[in-house]
Amino acid sequence: MRHLTMTFIISSWVCIALLWGCIVFAADTATDEPKHAIEKQQAAVYGAYLIRVGNCMGCHTTKGGQPFAGGRRLSTSFGIFVTPNITPDKATGIGLWSEEDFWQALHQGKSRDGRLLYPAFPYTEYTKVTREDANAMFAYLQSLPPVSQSNPPNDIFFPYNFKPLLAIWRALYFKASSYEPDQSQSEAWNRGAYLTQGLGHCNACHSTRNVLGASQDDALTGGQIMGMNWYAPSLSSQLEAGVGDWAIEEIAALLTTGITQRAVASGSMATVIRQSLQYLSQADVHAMAVYLKSLTANESGNVPGVSFSVMSGNLRRHLDLGGQLYEEYCQTCHGADGKGASGIYPALAGNRSVMMKSPINAIHSVLNGGYSPTTAANPKPYGMPPFQQILRNEEVALVVSYIRNAWGNRASLVTALDVDRNKGGGY
Amino acid sequence: MLHFILLMFLGIAAIANAHGGTPVIVPDTMTERVRACTICHSAEGKAGRDAYYPRIAGKPHRYLFNQLRNFRDARRYYQPMAILLENMSDEYLLEIAQYFSSLQLPYPAPEQIDMQPEEIKLAERLVYSGKPEQDIPACSTCHGDSLMGMEPAIPGLLGLSRAYITAQLSGWRNGGIMRSQTSDCMSDIAQQLTDEEVNAVAKWLASHVVSGESSSLDVLSPELAHRCRQNIQENGGAQ
Repeated sequence: MRHLTMTFIISSWVCIALLWGCIVFAADTATDEPKHAIEKQQAAVYGAYLIRVGNCMGCHTTKGGQPFAGGRRLSTSFGIFVTPNITPDKATGIGLWSEEDFWQALHQGKSRDGRLLYPAFPYTEYTKVTREDANAMFAYLQSLPPVSQSNPPNDIFFPYNFKPLLAIWRALYFKASSYEPDQSQSEAWNRGAYLTQGLGHCNACHSTRNVLGASQDDALTGGQIMGMNWYAPSLSSQLEAGVGDWAIEEIAALLTTGITQRAVASGSMATVIRQSLQYLSQADVHAMAVYLKSLTANESGNVPGVSFSVMSGNLRRHLDLGGQLYEEYCQTCHGADGKGASGIYPALAGNRSVMMKSPINAIHSVLNGGYSPTTAANPKPYGMPPFQQILRNEEVALVVSYIRNAWGNRASLVTALDVDRNKGGGY
Repeated sequence: MLHFILLMFLGIAAIANAHGGTPVIVPDTMTERVRACTICHSAEGKAGRDAYYPRIAGKPHRYLFNQLRNFRDARRYYQPMAILLENMSDEYLLEIAQYFSSLQLPYPAPEQIDMQPEEIKLAERLVYSGKPEQDIPACSTCHGDSLMGMEPAIPGLLGLSRAYITAQLSGWRNGGIMRSQTSDCMSDIAQQLTDEEVNAVAKWLASHVVSGESSSLDVLSPELAHRCRQNIQENGGAQ
């Protein structure tokens, strides 16, 4: 056995030496071409990682469709945007593009032919991506197999389809810029800020957009996700999803696994974790956690109590009806005390997502249910049933009102109309 | 003494109450993991409280796996299923399919449906002989002589509700709503059927007593295996 091992080691070394010889020989004799090819290959490997971080595939692939061939329809209040094919097919993709063209799209929001791009493509965030990272991403995309797929044109409503308006919009809301490191902060913080504000384009969802679709600020203050019945909570408020009082490891765990002892990612966030964040390197997810924690580091962890007058008899009876439904349908998993099962079924007592000013996430979860994403750390998640299959709008309203006001929770009541408004639409 | 025992008892009750009852214990099982499914498909494997939800217990695992992937990847359209499956890996979907496929549960009694003699004749002709002149094979050639399907990819047709069978055949005829637009053998076949034929077959199947076992795909003729390759291939018709 020992002899065999030695033979293996020696033969491995011989192979390595031979290979090294070949590489040195190649480098000595050939022109710059192969060297350039190796560099390109390395860039493509890093580019593949960055493309994951930016979750480009999330939009540039239809469900069950060819990766990166586009065709996904993004419904917004301005119309339907159809994502383009970004495989290197010359006729229908970006096969004719150069590094410079790609940089112009990411950094300036302009297509190869100089056309202004609609900000459904988040160049308002991607502008902060460095040229080096952009080149690596481009190298990866160009290394993909070309897919010939023409996608239908955008279907944008009047008057937003009047192109000159886009130039005005850009003058108001867009300025090409790069990430400026904050010297007073750590390297990890700066890396986290670069990823969060740039390639991660977290602000595309976690911010309120104005009537013209521009994000109001870049402080991740939360907002309704366009075209979806989900509210992306504020990351800069302890009342919503701020993580100032969380341990760095717990934030990192939520970002990569979708589940921790006290939180479960759902909806679009679950998708982002499955498609993108679970693949982040340890260093990068640590950096992102450091940055996210700093957004609410100075806020107290305590949710200020909402002053609530003593409940009237009517209100009490109303909530009792919700309590009965809770007992029948929810209690087995979430517990009579609303504490759930740690790391499996989330606690509802003290759950910020349940008590947020906007009740739509709680309504959405009861209506549609859902599973945490399957990730390497959580390959077989538990799930919640879609209760709209068996409960009427009035019943959903009662039960959501109840969980928003049981076990010391305090939040506004929900009506059957609120529930109805959140049915259908995108998910 | 009695007082003491009573007080003790009340004390314990008060503590239990303060803690809001027993903590939630979650079994590490597939049964627990598929609670979201059984709210409609019922843990007993019966059709759910709405006659529309089909029985999935005991169906061939490859068939179930293909359908799960079709729902997730928008090749078969039903939003509640699409939302639940959106973020699931193929590995997990396969495990879920195997779980439901392995469930051996008694079948419910067939639906009591009145049928006219000519309606029965029409249904039996389609089920056992097909209509060769329209290139419609008999149901039994693919779904097995016992109509209990073929392992691992063709589903059985018995033990399903009339409402479900009618909806699926109508979905295939119209395309795009319940079923995806990619044509497969069932959409070709369903598009040739008349309303009368769809109704007769759905009534007949729903009222037929379940008996027999599923057969194996080996008995499928090469011609039909080719025609239905999208449904029986390993990749379930994924492009």
